[in-house]
Amino acid sequence: MNEGTLNLLVGLAMGLNLLALGSSRLPALIRTVAAQGVVLGVMPLLIEHETLDWRVAAVAMATIAGKGVVIPWLLRRAMRAANIEREIEPFVGYVPSLLLGAGGTIAAVGLARALPLLPEHSGSLLVPGAMASVLTGFLLLIGRVKAISQVCGYLILENGIYLFGLLLIHSTPLLVESGILLDVTVGVFVIGIIVDRIQRAFDSLDTRKLTTLRE
Amino acid sequence: MMNPILEMPLRLAVWLLLAPLLPGIVNKVKAWVAGRRGPPVLQLYFDLAKLWRKGVVVSTLASPGFLLGPAVAWVAVVGAALLMPLGPSLAGAGFRGDFLVLIYLLALARFCTAWAAMETGSAFEGMGAAREVSYAVLAEAAIIAAVLSLSVQTGNLSLSTMLAPAAGAGAALLAAGLFVVLLAENCRVPFDDPNTHLELTMIHEVMVLDHSGPPLAAILHGASVKLLLFSVLLVQAVLPIGQFAPWAGAGVLAAGVLGVTIGVGLVESLLARLAFRRVPLLLTTAFLLCLFALLAAWKGGPS
Repeated sequence: MNEGTLNLLVGLAMGLNLLALGSSRLPALIRTVAAQGVVLGVMPLLIEHETLDWRVAAVAMATIAGKGVVIPWLLRRAMRAANIEREIEPFVGYVPSLLLGAGGTIAAVGLARALPLLPEHSGSLLVPGAMASVLTGFLLLIGRVKAISQVCGYLILENGIYLFGLLLIHSTPLLVESGILLDVTVGVFVIGIIVDRIQRAFDSLDTRKLTTLRE
Repeated sequence: MMNPILEMPLRLAVWLLLAPLLPGIVNKVKAWVAGRRGPPVLQLYFDLAKLWRKGVVVSTLASPGFLLGPAVAWVAVVGAALLMPLGPSLAGAGFRGDFLVLIYLLALARFCTAWAAMETGSAFEGMGAAREVSYAVLAEAAIIAAVLSLSVQTGNLSLSTMLAPAAGAGAALLAAGLFVVLLAENCRVPFDDPNTHLELTMIHEVMVLDHSGPPLAAILHGASVKLLLFSVLLVQAVLPIGQFAPWAGAGVLAAGVLGVTIGVGLVESLLARLAFRRVPLLLTTAFLLCLFALLAAWKGGPS
């Protein structure tokens, strides 16, 4: 049930991964990550079979609010506070990272077929989507120079882990889900403060300059 | 299916006579968005008639290739157009692998235009030709992936049967990819501005700067046929044209082409031209969209 819609949403999330790899402006990147968070938030509602479990609905609401509204707002605030230019300076260029991401997505789809999955998960795109998102997150973490775009990479990586967790949504306690979400929000909050500090100490958010850190 | 003796001239007439309408519609949409009255929709017909009556100025440096290029390019584009089915009633003969012939005819047309552009030895035209072919490398990869995805989807190698059913799972991806290819191949706005006359930013326009009279008319008409060709390809790739009754199919096709043309006009009014270094990114995205459509067809289609 709802298998087609769910796969469509996972496909959309994979498309957003590539969009994140190709976007050259920080606000666009943050918007993409927010959109992916909302897409991911809708998914638990589709996985639910018979009656709408209130816990699943709570996870969905919290995810949409956290990843779609609060975290992007924190990131935008950090960006404004640090007063940085909007251009993302890539370490790995846009076209190579896009091609790498696409290759990774295709490889994830191929790899998921080879994995010994449960029969009810074999037709789903959740596992390849999770692996593709983790890979995209890694690519963004490695290939971007600005601290905020690296945070976006970290968020996409976490989205991939969340996608993997959706396979087990009925056996994961609500406490674990909300704990993860809270951790991510606090992490972004802390990073927002760190970004401000980096900006003050180094006059730039270029993380390559952090290697010159001395006592 | 209608009488093949009657069908061929009718298809040729549709391609030759209706094509110049499309740039007129694009310009009308642009004028409408900008709040101007704009040139009449039939402006290109008047331009073509005017150019046809004019003489030709040929540089003393240019070889016969200067006149041959536009002629060969026009014949190649019209030949490519004749391979493209026009809905269920005017599907044409078609043969196995005719999509490859279509792609290569378009490449031949591009080669001839670039060649004729460089005949006069103008540095600007050489620059335009270089830009045109370097964009074409990426756009061609995208269109090959798109056509392959249609071929895999239907398990068929001829355009008329390939384009009849809907595109299936990857329809949205394919539509987006083909639309970007359409804009790139026809030198429309995010890639090139057809109105600009600043040599540093022009692509297609700069290549035709030195042409005049009937050869310029052939180039302009060929460009409009190419725009119609890509719109027809896009509409037929996405919509299940083959499932309609013959004349309803033609109507749906015409409406789809009109929609695509209006879309081009809107894109042109609302977007600015991309910086040159951003263009490969957009074309790579189009290629990836078509590639994922190919994967979707491969995974979900009747293979």
